[in-house]
Amino acid sequence: MSYHVNDKGFYGEFGGAYIPEMMHPNIEELKNNYLRIINSYNFRQDFIGLLKNYVGRPSPLYYAKRMSEHYQSHIYLKREDCNHTGSHKINNTIGQILLARELGKTRIIAETGAGQHGLATATVCALMGMSCIVYMGALDVERQAPNVKKMRMLGAEVIPVYSGNKTLKDATNEAMRDWINNPVDTHYIIGSVVGPHPYPDMVARFQSVISEEIKWQLDEQTGREKPTRVMACVGGGSNAAGTFYHFLDDEDVELVGVEAAGKGIDTSETAATLALGTPGVLHSSRSYLMQNEDGQITEPYSISAGLDYPGIGPMHANLFKTGRAKYIWATDEEVLKAVLLLTRKEGIIPALESAHALAGLEKIALKPEDVTVVTVSGRGDKDMETYLNHFGY
Amino acid sequence: MNNRINKLFQEKKERILSVYFTAGYPHLNDTRTIIQELVKNGVDLIEIGMPFSDPVADGPVIQHSSLIALRNGMSIRNLFEQLQDIRQSVDIPLILMGYLNPVLQYGMDAFAAKCKEIGIDGLILPDLPLDVYIDDYKSIFEANDLHYVPLITPQTSEERIRMIDSASSGFIYMVSSNATTGAKASVSEFQKAYFERVNSYCLKNPRLIGFGISNAETFDNACQYANGAIIGSAFVKALEGDLPIDQKISTFIKQIVTKA
Ligand SMILES: Cc1ncc(COP(=O)(O)O)c(C=O)c1O
Repeated sequence: MSYHVNDKGFYGEFGGAYIPEMMHPNIEELKNNYLRIINSYNFRQDFIGLLKNYVGRPSPLYYAKRMSEHYQSHIYLKREDCNHTGSHKINNTIGQILLARELGKTRIIAETGAGQHGLATATVCALMGMSCIVYMGALDVERQAPNVKKMRMLGAEVIPVYSGNKTLKDATNEAMRDWINNPVDTHYIIGSVVGPHPYPDMVARFQSVISEEIKWQLDEQTGREKPTRVMACVGGGSNAAGTFYHFLDDEDVELVGVEAAGKGIDTSETAATLALGTPGVLHSSRSYLMQNEDGQITEPYSISAGLDYPGIGPMHANLFKTGRAKYIWATDEEVLKAVLLLTRKEGIIPALESAHALAGLEKIALKPEDVTVVTVSGRGDKDMETYLNHFGY
Repeated sequence: MNNRINKLFQEKKERILSVYFTAGYPHLNDTRTIIQELVKNGVDLIEIGMPFSDPVADGPVIQHSSLIALRNGMSIRNLFEQLQDIRQSVDIPLILMGYLNPVLQYGMDAFAAKCKEIGIDGLILPDLPLDVYIDDYKSIFEANDLHYVPLITPQTSEERIRMIDSASSGFIYMVSSNATTGAKASVSEFQKAYFERVNSYCLKNPRLIGFGISNAETFDNACQYANGAIIGSAFVKALEGDLPIDQKISTFIKQIVTKA
């Protein structure tokens, strides 16, 4: 069985490109060109060069000794928090800005939740001298204020979105509308493995550097290429897709995604899409969604702005349906505990999103001989206000 | 095929006026009243909007009406109940317009069968692209005598327009500009060239121009280039306010159709 996208843009029964005709020319252009461009020699040179010299890759694979003692097992951390701009999001924006340049686009739009993708987009736009517009839910503009200021300093225009719950889904709607209104000069840098084909596959390829590095770094440090399992948090699912990518076809390696349960999956304030959702079409692809029986999308909730999304990438929908990957969830409360544990055990303050992956360690039966790699998708700087309010320092 | 859309376009070749409204707005049970008033005022075709929580192809006016309609409790089941015996009083073609997900949750087979039972003539589902329609749903539409109404835009290539024309059978919805609904339109040189280009293809399907048609002037202009035009956001906006609904509707339609 292949867990990769097929030539019609589907992962099993999920994915596709359910786009309005207005988006057809742009999606067709991307679909017909993305593989040729990203596999070309020049693109590879530029992409790899920027990841190394600008982003600071490879990101460390760190043996977390005190966490390992705590869990009586072997825990490694894949440190995407060490990247320039503080998260894995930059891997994708570097790839997409190079692609946009190749396609002759001059105006970049993006949606953002936590602001990490917006920040990573604003950063590469400054780097390439392109104009940048970031749509962000008005609630997220408030709760992720430091990132908004950084984006503006980088020259991006941040447009607050007031529809719906004023979070990531609404920002995505508005970015799609912008693209419909500006079909010629604009490239839409989607921030996760969601949206119409070829976005999920394209973004997964750009993020796949995470698992590529895990393999050789683990080999270098331990003499083994394969961990027992890899774990990552899942919003749209891009850092998880990157973490799983090179292990997809290696069934010995367990894949674990951790969703945001918000106040609990038995409450209405949650974002655990696979735990609670059913198949449907949102943002141009078929996947699991949180929706009511009339097919209206229900408003998600999570303490973490980056996971506050009612859908999930189609690749994960297929991994879930086929049983290849396992998806668990963590509540706001469990996540805050995990933040403090990592901070005090290892001196690393993780992002709220990333702490979901760490909270997942509590829910897995870890054997002493197991080797578990947890991706720390980002650093906690943007969440300091939440942490200070909660922990009261 | 005994479809009212075909009948309309056989009998009337120009200045066809199609009006869109969002079901459940301004009030949950306005649907039948709005349809009957539109018919009374001489509208040729009605597009009944099924509200969706995430209408990405729509501008602010229809986003807002959709939100209010959903808050009012509108759903597909509700709408079907409201339309149950609409054909006892209304003869003009009726089209349902909305997004794919609510239809999929209802079930495409059941949805199409219900449309046939009620007497719906066509569907406009902007996020159901042509290739998916052909592969997955064309036979269901045809079995229920429902037209798939496709959209084209100024960016759509000639090759694709011809493909769309050959795969569809009611009319083609010509989106006037590169835009979501409600954008301002005056007929620019760019649009004129696009309308004339499409006319030169001699397509088998008639065409209506939509998006940004808001008053007599834009309606008259659009009618020079197609069989008629579609008014959406401007009509939905006209439903705001405290006047009796029949008065709001007749005032609005009268100022559009100044020439009969
Ligand atoms: C640090 C961090 N991790 C994870 C995510 C969630 O995105 P994804 O599931 O695509 O990795 C975000 C999104 O904003 C983020 O900022």
